[in-house]
Amino acid sequence: MVDNIETDVVIVGAGPSALFTVFELGLLDIKCHLIDILPRAGGQCSELYPEKPIYDIPGHPMITGAGLVDNLLAQIEPFRPTFHFDQLVTELETLGTAEAPAFRVKTDADTTFTCKAVIVAAGGGSFLPKKPPIEGIEAYEDKSVFYAVRKMEAFRDKNIVIVGGGDSALDWTLNLQPIAKRLTLIHRRDDFRAAPHSVNAMRELVAAGKMDLRIGQIVGLAGDDGELSGAHFKAGKEDAVEIACERLIPFFGLTMKLGPIAEWGLNLNENLIPVDTAQFETNVPGIFAIGDINTYPGKLKLILCGFHEGSLAAQKVHRYVYPDKKLTFQYTTSSTNLQKKLGVQ
Amino acid sequence: MVHITFIDSSGEKRPVEAEEGSTVMEAAIRNSIPEITAECGGACACATCHVYVDEAFVPLTGEASPQEEDMLDFAYAVQPNSRLACQIKVTPEVDGLIVTTPARQG
Ligand SMILES: Cc1cc2nc3c(=O)[nH]c(=O)nc-3n(C[C@H](O)[C@H](O)[C@H](O)COP(=O)(O)OP(=O)(O)OC[C@H]3O[C@@H](n4cnc5c(N)ncnc54)[C@H](O)[C@@H]3O)c2cc1C
Ligand code: FES
Repeated sequence: MVDNIETDVVIVGAGPSALFTVFELGLLDIKCHLIDILPRAGGQCSELYPEKPIYDIPGHPMITGAGLVDNLLAQIEPFRPTFHFDQLVTELETLGTAEAPAFRVKTDADTTFTCKAVIVAAGGGSFLPKKPPIEGIEAYEDKSVFYAVRKMEAFRDKNIVIVGGGDSALDWTLNLQPIAKRLTLIHRRDDFRAAPHSVNAMRELVAAGKMDLRIGQIVGLAGDDGELSGAHFKAGKEDAVEIACERLIPFFGLTMKLGPIAEWGLNLNENLIPVDTAQFETNVPGIFAIGDINTYPGKLKLILCGFHEGSLAAQKVHRYVYPDKKLTFQYTTSSTNLQKKLGVQ
Repeated sequence: MVHITFIDSSGEKRPVEAEEGSTVMEAAIRNSIPEITAECGGACACATCHVYVDEAFVPLTGEASPQEEDMLDFAYAVQPNSRLACQIKVTPEVDGLIVTTPARQG
């Protein structure tokens, strides 16, 4: 079953640029859905620097990445946008004409959307797991090597090796240990970034002989035809030894990759999408690009620029969504109409 | 100016001059050193500025902070002399610094 959702606008990404654009669209009575591969809103601010202070958000002498995202979410609350997390936008198909564009958007979770405009607010690309540069690892991917656990059953009664020292590594160690034949956690040092209670739970399992913890790194793989049989483990300067395993789950964090956007028929300039600076539209009418993903003369990859770009794009989006309505410029301070939409009147 | 030599994974040497008070990562980016990505621009948030510090300079460049150690978990082939270049300050003491870059950052 494929769900189809009909809406005015689909926003690819849920970083700060996307979030503020929801506000600008909302003031113009435009409904939107946002899709992000991450499990939460905020893009780089949430994923890379939630606790770091930002000093150049206008009107905020200092605000943390997470604080900014919380405020943006509160600000767009009145417009009740719908978020679709943990989904990668894979396809974008143009259906309508240049004057009356329409689009079909698909995700890797088989959700489809039809809409009148698309705003690509994809930042540096989608956050995808980093792949360790172990020779030949590609041959094992999706068969024996996984960067995320989607179906736990695929790990039952297997010898599993998990690599990493953060929350994902520890959480999956604790979740998979009961169903694994044997689980080995490998980390480069005997110090973990993960939540202390999961580290303690892991250490108790090790002490009880129910799993193994080894300090070192994986330097190679053994197996045949995508079926893993062992991982070469190296501790410090010692010679590598083989740990028998049929499943390997490396957790080395996330990196931003352009991904499927390259296949959407948009002009690209060094992985960035060129736009005009009046409405931030791409070469395809009805598809806009805002925030870190776009490029134009003088472009700065700053959050405040993304805000500005979103607000101008919204004006043009209005023309596509309401071709017969004239837009009049209004201030939130003085327009009772806008204040009603914000629920403050 | 402080002298730094970057040696890439194939052994090629690139000597550069760095400004005091900047970071080794900044010196690399300004001089277009390959094999240093520095995706996060020096915020100790990406681990794509991983370098190996020449043993002679390990005591002079200091130790990785706990936050840097956490980030190094995301780098590959980490060794005892691994550091994140954005966390190494350029000071007169490290003049002549030699760092080697890994073949891949991520
Ligand atoms: C360490 C650090 C410090 C920074 N400090 C500042 C600062 O002080 N001031 C400042 O103004 N800026 C700062 N920046 C830059 C700022 O974070 C970015 O400009 C901003 O995040 C861009 O917002 P965005 O919404 O365009 O994209 P992003 O925040 O990159 O969000 C894009 C989102 O789109 C998602 N996505 C992409 N493609 C797809 C797809 N196909 N399917 C599903 N989801 C997809 C991604 O997963 C991501 O969540 C900093 C950045 C870093 C890394
Ligand atoms: S530049 Fe990102 S951690 Fe150094």
